[in-house]
Amino acid sequence: MSNSSSSSNELFGYVAEFSSATDLYHAAEKVRDAGFRRWDVHTPYPVHGMDHAMGLGKSWLSALVLCGGVTGSMTALALQFFTQVSLYPTVVQDKPTNLFTIPAFFPVTFELTILFSAFATLIGLFALIMLPRWNHPLFNSPLFSKFSNDGFLLVIEARDPKFKREKTKELLSEIGAGKIEEVTY
Amino acid sequence: MADHSKANAAVHPSEAEGVARELLVLNNRSLGWITDRICGIVENRQPFIWWVLFVPSVFGFCCLLFSLVYLVSTGVGVWGMNHPVAWGWDIVNFVFWIGIGHAGTLISAILFLTRQKWRTSVNRASEAMTIFAVMCAGIFPGFHVGRFWMVWFLAPIPNSNGIWQNFKSPLLWDVFAVSTYFTVSVLFWYIGLIPDLATLRDRAKGIGKKLYGFFALGWRGGNRQWRHYEMAYLILAALSTPLVLSVHSVVSFDFATSVVPGWHTTIFPPYFVAGAIFGGFAMVLTLMLPVRKLYGLEDLITAKHIDNMAKIILLTGTIVGYAYIMELFISYYSANAFETDAFHLRILSGPYTWAYYCMFFCNVIAPQVFWFKWSRHNLWMVFIIVNLVNAGMWFERFVIIPTSLARDFLPGQWGYYSASWVEKLLFTGSFGMFMMFFLLFLRFLPVIAISEVKGVLPESDPHHPDWKHLREKRRVSSK
Repeated sequence: MSNSSSSSNELFGYVAEFSSATDLYHAAEKVRDAGFRRWDVHTPYPVHGMDHAMGLGKSWLSALVLCGGVTGSMTALALQFFTQVSLYPTVVQDKPTNLFTIPAFFPVTFELTILFSAFATLIGLFALIMLPRWNHPLFNSPLFSKFSNDGFLLVIEARDPKFKREKTKELLSEIGAGKIEEVTY
Repeated sequence: MADHSKANAAVHPSEAEGVARELLVLNNRSLGWITDRICGIVENRQPFIWWVLFVPSVFGFCCLLFSLVYLVSTGVGVWGMNHPVAWGWDIVNFVFWIGIGHAGTLISAILFLTRQKWRTSVNRASEAMTIFAVMCAGIFPGFHVGRFWMVWFLAPIPNSNGIWQNFKSPLLWDVFAVSTYFTVSVLFWYIGLIPDLATLRDRAKGIGKKLYGFFALGWRGGNRQWRHYEMAYLILAALSTPLVLSVHSVVSFDFATSVVPGWHTTIFPPYFVAGAIFGGFAMVLTLMLPVRKLYGLEDLITAKHIDNMAKIILLTGTIVGYAYIMELFISYYSANAFETDAFHLRILSGPYTWAYYCMFFCNVIAPQVFWFKWSRHNLWMVFIIVNLVNAGMWFERFVIIPTSLARDFLPGQWGYYSASWVEKLLFTGSFGMFMMFFLLFLRFLPVIAISEVKGVLPESDPHHPDWKHLREKRRVSSK
């Protein structure tokens, strides 16, 4: 989390601090309307409605979880059916060992559906938010570490096609940023 | 979105005064105060009482290890169980600990889906409690199988004998239910911890920074992360809700699908789930009342929180009471001699009637005090009642399990069961292990979900002025 000696001092972007969630919300609307793409707001908690202010859609993590859940159900049904009916049919308490055994498989099917869905949630989440990533240029900024306490920060990256060193800084002050910090790689 | 700012400007702050809801965080605490107070618990020296509790807990944990080593090296005969009572304290304790876990998931999942914002102050600690309780629970059936080194037979692993598990058995359903429950609880807990670990990372120095940083996975709190994170949290809550209801239902199937009088009852699944939530909330309060006092968290875990939990205990306790009475009624109404006898022996002439009355008093009668507001606001009263409930829920499982087995169909099969010192030491030791893990959790992890509590402050909502305005309007118009 510190600058290594080999890194150049190329600009990563600006970190701008806002005084409250409401200010940050309105600032985000303006940055969105200015047409920026590579930017984000960093807050201590998820700010309600911020997706709309940033022009982001609904997360499609749920689709990944559905795939996980279906895999879980299928795995459980296959595991139970093949072991109980084909591989090792045991007659216990006169219960059948054929298609009519399936009702007895529901509890385990349900549990494995939940289990696989939960892992799909975890893995899907990490894939979508691109974590773990322990090193990031933003960790070079002293201002940035305020996000986890009480800071409401807006970050615009220099990689954004609309980014101009001076004009973007002016835009940030116009929309009400307090402290603005340059972050280098 | 421009009309939002207009609406904000139009509302005078004084108009927002009439908001009817009680605040969840008292004394207008700021975001920074919340961070400092909760992280302070981890960063500062622990109070002396922490050590006073920790040392005996570690000793208890050692007792647990000793009794397990003694059990495995000598054989399961060291337990007091024999024909006809083959399920004794081990299964009682298993159901007891699993039940305790349920309140944690209820708080973290069901109260999340129902938008009960007060859950934010207690969900982290209750989820930790869930995990530690399920760990304690897992020990008992694991060692109950007799040959612990064969416990892998519970898992459907291809083996050279070509033997597969019996998936028609509720006992195997239980293996899947409990292991899924534990895994999902850990995932849910960890995902909830990530933002708070980042908070600790940003405050810590040296080795702490590295460790918290490692587990925080490089969390940056960007909204592009939060939006997926919130979805993940919602999905996990939605998955855990049916899961928690299924786990204790499946545990109750262990009994309900058998033919033993006193077990063979269709009321078991809802009755077990209500009992689990009941006992779990009692344990949450048992842990949180001292924690709140010790670490000065009165502004975060307020009287309202305790009041709400006491009400849930009252509700679920009354459901449990209904189930007890309904069991008696059905055994009479069924006109089945074995059923009638089982309950006759349970409440009137059997060897364990004392346990039944302990259970009934602790679980049904004692919590009725919570109908009165003064009792829900008197912390000593709450603490006494919830501890009665803790004991009562243990007795409930004892009443169900050994007493039903001790009086089977034929008088020639009757017997009496009492636990040996090894079982007693093991049970005491499981409390030691539970407390040890909980105290370590207090020491190293944020006991309250920092980012979630911040989110329920009034000023955290970017639209709050007009939100309050609308609420005020609604209140006035409904008059």
